[in-house]
Amino acid sequence: MATLGQYLIVSGLLFTIGFAGVMLRRNIIIIFMSLELMLNAANLSLVAFSRYRVGADGLPNYNAQVFVFFIITVAAAEVALGLAIIVALYRARQTTHVEDISTLKF
Amino acid sequence: MPSLLFWIFAAVTLVFGAAVVLNRNPVASALSLALSFLGLAALFMGLDAFFIGIIQVLVYAGAVMVLFLFIIMLFDLRAEERRRINKVAVVGGSAVSLALFVQICLVIAELRGAHDQFPPLPATRTDDVRDIGLLLFNNFNLPFQVIGVLVLVATIGVIVLSKRELR
Repeated sequence: MATLGQYLIVSGLLFTIGFAGVMLRRNIIIIFMSLELMLNAANLSLVAFSRYRVGADGLPNYNAQVFVFFIITVAAAEVALGLAIIVALYRARQTTHVEDISTLKF
Repeated sequence: MPSLLFWIFAAVTLVFGAAVVLNRNPVASALSLALSFLGLAALFMGLDAFFIGIIQVLVYAGAVMVLFLFIIMLFDLRAEERRRINKVAVVGGSAVSLALFVQICLVIAELRGAHDQFPPLPATRTDDVRDIGLLLFNNFNLPFQVIGVLVLVATIGVIVLSKRELR
């Protein structure tokens, strides 16, 4: 059986990978995917803590899992909106490279 | 979850997560992301969170990935692959990421109970969908409805943004 710390390390590593993707990659779609990785890393640590904090009735703390449910819903809405913005940007500038999009007004 | 399965699924999640960042081809990145999400869903199920695991597969590995692949295939991204890599930015970004990971590790090392096993659950109770549903519709009813309005707003926003003429 894995321990709580191992799950948290995996979650931290996944968050770091997502963070590195945001820092290193210049393609806006890859940056967006890395953001999803970071959200999922947060979800993993929430579920691990939910399983760790067993209540008086012997069940996991389901508040955290409801929170994860909300995060997944908001993330799905965010992906739809973000990709719509990226499509509008691509129509205006024909690029998904963030260094080509450096002015606010065009 | 037995330790061996935990390490296998953790490795799947992390290796394909790294492949998302390292791949030059956006389609390969998107497919790696789908596999990473599937590994994460397996980790959720290993934590007895079956509902969250299923939702993860349906929403992320299903809906979100299809959306990403549609958008990638809509664009012609071959020109992006030929870009030169900025060495200073890569070294700086890696250093900042490494510093972040070291800090996360230090926090986890300080955490009380990081080496504890997970407490056992009663063997007869596996219907976590019922428990989460009760909690969602009783204690978290208002946030649930707010989320519904949020999804509606997002839908309308996407339709407005997708119109050809933005004014």
